[in-house]
Amino acid sequence: MSEDDDIILSELDDDELVQQMFDDLYDGLKEEIQEGVNILLERGWAPYDVLTKALVGGMTIVGKDFRDRILFVPEVLLAANAMKGGMFILKPLLAETGAPTIGKMVIGTVKGDIHDIGKNLVGMMMEGAGFEVVDLGINNPVDAYLDTAEKEGADIVGMSALLTTTMPYMKVVIDTMIERGIRENYIVLVGGAPLNEEFGKAIGADAYCRDAAVAVETAKEHVLRKHNRAKAG
Amino acid sequence: MVQGGEGRILLIACGALAREILDLKARNGWDHMDLTCLPAILHNHPEKITQAVRDAVTRHRDRYDRIHVLYGDCGTGGLLEAACDELGVQMLPGPHCYAFFEGVETFAGRDEITAFYLTDFLVRQFDAFVWEPLGLDRHPDLRDMYFGNYEKLVYQAQTDDPALTALARRHAERLGLAFERRLTGYGDLETAMTDWAKT
Repeated sequence: MSEDDDIILSELDDDELVQQMFDDLYDGLKEEIQEGVNILLERGWAPYDVLTKALVGGMTIVGKDFRDRILFVPEVLLAANAMKGGMFILKPLLAETGAPTIGKMVIGTVKGDIHDIGKNLVGMMMEGAGFEVVDLGINNPVDAYLDTAEKEGADIVGMSALLTTTMPYMKVVIDTMIERGIRENYIVLVGGAPLNEEFGKAIGADAYCRDAAVAVETAKEHVLRKHNRAKAG
Repeated sequence: MVQGGEGRILLIACGALAREILDLKARNGWDHMDLTCLPAILHNHPEKITQAVRDAVTRHRDRYDRIHVLYGDCGTGGLLEAACDELGVQMLPGPHCYAFFEGVETFAGRDEITAFYLTDFLVRQFDAFVWEPLGLDRHPDLRDMYFGNYEKLVYQAQTDDPALTALARRHAERLGLAFERRLTGYGDLETAMTDWAKT
């Protein structure tokens, strides 16, 4: 790009800036995203609006193009990294302003597995969608999930695995929930490259989520149903 | 394309195993086993493996007494095993080639979750199968997002080749991982093929 073509973010009006931030997220430009977030905040935008309208809006486009095989994993990671840059600024402000939370999720990669790229993407998109996320990291035994879910009063337990050899551990976690009589307390969502719908059903999960965008939509649906059941009950 | 074409037994294999299978066939005179390979790059797209194997079995089954599938589970989440059961063909034991080269039981016993494995094939094809598909040629800064939780690269050597070992060591350096080499030979691949050749 020549110097003449350089876009001065601060000179764009709000709509143009949000559109430009969509493009910058798509291109994984972390510094530009952070600059855009700061400009919107300076203009008096609520942190929650910056998050949902600019960042999540942009990541939704990235997610769709990933599903349609227009974008691939490296590009999604760069976009996620840019979003993370924006979230870093917004997170403390969201906490201060008491932004709405629609549910709490405990998420982690299962025991024996160290792969966390998908799990991290889901966690970030869930936060963007208004969920509070407690990230357990990698290589989690049953008790890490269940103790944290209880302590945090979580609505959702999310489990991720990349390996055929580690995905059966998800059933261990769910079976332990059943043994302890707490299965109905949680929505259990599972995901990871070797998983599929049948596997999710077979182990007794509430849903298999094939990507981060599906995870967010599925979580919203299930939390809404859970709340409706609680009201009806 | 089928290599051989005169046999009673067909081996449908991952292209990443072609060199090893051809070597075993030549060394043992297993001319009654023909070989056809599916593209090795399916390694990076495990969701496509099961259908590709189904298609290959269907395409060739009328011409052979028996067909064997030379894949482990390879990230299909049990779908390949279910398809092979349904098609009445046998496949290799274990989750992937790293397990059957080392021996499925030995591999499972190691339980080393922070190891990243390369075989002879993957050492040779590292750029095409690892570095470039992960975008590390364009975005080397992504390296730690992919490999930050790994501690070492284990080179499972099928052959004793100092040049490949040196190359594998360089790959470990590029990934920022410690390096370990294990001479595995052909492991359970050879055992399974020996069984299949007899019957």
